[in-house]
This record gives sequence, structure tokens and C-alpha cells, in this order.
Amino acid sequence: MEEISQSMGLAMGLVRQLDQTLLAIAGLSLKVSGVAVLAASLLALPLGAWLALARFPGRQVVIAVLNGMMGLPPVVVGLLIYLLLSRAGPLGSLGILFTPAAMMIAQAVLILPIIAALSRQVIDDAWSEYREQLLSLNATRWQCMRALLWDLRFTLLTAVLAGFGRAIAEVGAVMIVGGNIDGVTRVMTTAIALETSKGDLPLALALGVVLIALVIAINTAAQLMKSYSMRRHG
Amino acid sequence: MVNTPRSHWLAGGALALTLALGLAVPPAALAQDKFIVVASTTSTEQSGLFKHLLPAFKAKSGIDVRVVAQGTGQALATARKGDADVVFVHDRVAEQKFVEEGFGIDRREVMYNDFVIVGPKADPAKIAGSKDAIDALKKIAASAAPFTSRGDKSGTHAAELRYWKQADIDPQAGKGTWYRETGSGMGPTLNTASAMGAYAFTDRGTWLSFKNRGELAIAVEGDNKLFNQYGVMLVNPAKHPHVKKELGQAFIDWITSPDGQAAIAGYKIEGQQLFFPNYQPVRG
Repeated sequence: MEEISQSMGLAMGLVRQLDQTLLAIAGLSLKVSGVAVLAASLLALPLGAWLALARFPGRQVVIAVLNGMMGLPPVVVGLLIYLLLSRAGPLGSLGILFTPAAMMIAQAVLILPIIAALSRQVIDDAWSEYREQLLSLNATRWQCMRALLWDLRFTLLTAVLAGFGRAIAEVGAVMIVGGNIDGVTRVMTTAIALETSKGDLPLALALGVVLIALVIAINTAAQLMKSYSMRRHG
Repeated sequence: MVNTPRSHWLAGGALALTLALGLAVPPAALAQDKFIVVASTTSTEQSGLFKHLLPAFKAKSGIDVRVVAQGTGQALATARKGDADVVFVHDRVAEQKFVEEGFGIDRREVMYNDFVIVGPKADPAKIAGSKDAIDALKKIAASAAPFTSRGDKSGTHAAELRYWKQADIDPQAGKGTWYRETGSGMGPTLNTASAMGAYAFTDRGTWLSFKNRGELAIAVEGDNKLFNQYGVMLVNPAKHPHVKKELGQAFIDWITSPDGQAAIAGYKIEGQQLFFPNYQPVRG
């Protein structure tokens, strides 16, 4: 218990002093997970919408697999991306292993199924409700998808935030493909793992407190934006 | 009706993904084009040695060194795949094999530190103060006092296994009872030892910089056998043409130069020197 209260004090101190190293590490965490969530969303939202509206044999199987992939173990995703990006692997010539780009790819792969599966469910439900209405307007499948994605944007934001939360909190994938290089690929979670290794548990926990506060701040900002635009646009 | 829009979405998504990644990548890649990747061990990174050495090397050469800290086994595997330019590890047998297989060239012995056996102050195996590591291991096994091992094929793990062999003990027989493999780095293994009052085999550097000691203290030290040699080598450019030969060689030359050797000797924690430079020209 003594260590936990010590951590709180340390965390406050780190934030108050705007520790430069901490700022850089937190900034890289945000950048990596932000780009990953952007890239994953651009693919996953249309994929979810398509899967909600499409009817084809084996659709249930695809949905079950997609839902299952929400539980992809980060360390396995990291290993796969590592083998792909390694110099000895098929994409080795890119030379991006142990760079932030590799971490972005790994996190994007990790959270793509989460955003796709959650948005598929949301859009599927709305589709069964508004199907008749949309089809009576002679809307094409393409227009239906766009209309649903736009109408459900506030709900879908939650799916995107779930993906972001998973990305910024994971350590297994970024540790393997990033290498936790000081000043280059060290993010909040790998820094926490490193301080734990060094036995500096209060500092590790203090970094954890900062990370959690950061994630809560971002979710709060998203929530405020959402209620503001809902009030304006209905 | 469904097909065309879908392919548009996918094409658009793929394009956006490429763009997003493209935007994010260049700054990092371009800003520091003069860098090398060094695959090294947790002991050198976590003891703070690299934080002490690298600024001096950078000032001299302008080269950034990106250290990926892994166990020796994993570091050599990383280099085997061509994902590092230089290897800086401590397992002479594995290093020589690495060179013989043609993956590494110009291996040089850089510095040494020593291993110690740490254990709970209560000392159930009655080994505290001993200078005989082999005898101490025998007593630990005989008393079945808990012992945590890295179990991760690192240099320290390989060394620990050699000493068990010299003591003529198969620790695997104690698995599940007193011998516990954590399968993780030195720090996590010491955390485990500290939490369960177990003995552990560690390099002195990690121990000195380790903070969560709890009831642990050094039990055995000063045995000549507990010598731990570090070696550095360049990943063979003949195997992996993209290896940054000149920059990597510059690092190896510097760390074995009088300047580099003095920098190693100058690194201290609480007044204690952690690593002892011992490069000898025409060796290894």
C-alpha cells in the first residue's frame, strides 16, 4: 500500500514538472495508437457496414471469426508482424522493423477486428430497423451503407474508442516489433514494463497512472464533442 | 450493385491506410538517417550502461545507436535474421557459434563483470558469505530452498546452467518444487525471487541497479568462476547486405578504443564500478 501512495505522488510530480522524457513517450504512444486507430477505422467501418448489409453463404461463419478475432493476443500479432517485417521476411526490404511505423501496423491489425465487429453489430441492428424505409426510397446498397454509417456515427465512435483503448494499452505487440528503443520506439506501456523489470515498481505504477489519466482524458474529450454535436445537429 | 461500391470502399481504405502510414513514417526515418541498431542484452540496458556510453559515442561520431535489449539468445536470433547491425552480448560459446556460422565478423571481447548469487537474508541453504558458487548450488539443491531461474536462453541463463552442470546437479529434477523457471528477463526474475524469498543467479550490474530487493541480499560473490565476459561483433554484411558496415564498425572501433574503454570503466552506481573493460588487440 505504501508503494501505491508513493506512486500517486510520483505521478503527480511527473505531470507537474512536465517531464520531457515523459512527454516524448506519451506523445509517441498517442501518435502510434492514433495513426493505428485511424488506419484501422478507415478499413473496419466500411467492412463492418458491408458485412451488416451483405447476404452470402457462410456469412455467419465470417461474423463468428471476426468476433473471435477481437480477442487476438497482442503478442501473437506482434510476432506475425515481426516475421513479415524482419529482414529475412517478405517485407524485409522496407526496413521498418524497430520503428514506430511497425508499431502502427501491428496495432492497426490488432484493433481492426474490434472496430469491424462492433460496428457490424451496431449497423446490423439499425439495418433490420430501417431496411424497409431505406429500400422504399429506392436507395442503392451503397447509399444505404453510407446513410447508416453517417446516422450511426455517434454510436460508432464508441467502437472506435474501444479500438483506441485496446491499442494504447497493449504492450505485447509493440514490444516485439518496436524493440522498446529509448527515444525511438519506447511508448508508455513498454516504459512501464521496463521500469517493472528494473524493480522500480513505484515509478512503473506512476507511469501507469499517467497512462490511465491520458486515456480517460481522451475519452472525456470525445464524449464532450459527441454531446456538443448531438445538441447542434440532433 | 454490391460489387463496385465494395471495391471502392476497400481501395479507398487501403489508400488511406498507406497515406496515414506514409505520413507518419518519414519524419522518424529521415530525421536520424545516421543510426545503427544494436541487439544487446537486458543487463547492459537496464544497468544504465548504454545511457552512459551512447551520448559520448554520439558526440564523437554523430551516430545514433538504437539499442534493442533482449536476452543473449534472442539478440543473436534477431541478428541472424539481419535485423541488427551490431551484437553486444555475453555468452562466449553462443557468440563463437554465431561467428563460425558466418553470421558475425570481427568478434572482440570488450569488458566483463561478474555473476553473483542472491538470496533471502534468512538464508535457508546456509550459503551466505561463501565464495564457492558450485558448493553453494549443491547446498541449495540439497536443502530444496526455492531458486528462480531465468529459463529464457539468455547469456545469464546459459551461465547458470553451466554451473549446475559443474555441480553435477540436474535442476530440472526440482522443477515444480524448488526450481522455478520464470521464462523472463533478469529484472522480472529478481522481482519473483524477491516476492517468494528465493535464491537467484544474476549479473552484478542488474543487481546493483535493481530497486525492488525486499529481503534479498548477495549470498555468494568473488568466485573466479563467476566471471562474465561481454563480446561485440558486426553482423556479417556478406550475409545481410543492408547491414550498415561503416557505422557499425565505427561503434565497435570506438568501444574498444581507449576512449570507449575508459567510458565503460567510468560508469558507477553508488560508487561501485559495474563493468571492467578488458579489450586486448589481436584476440577473439
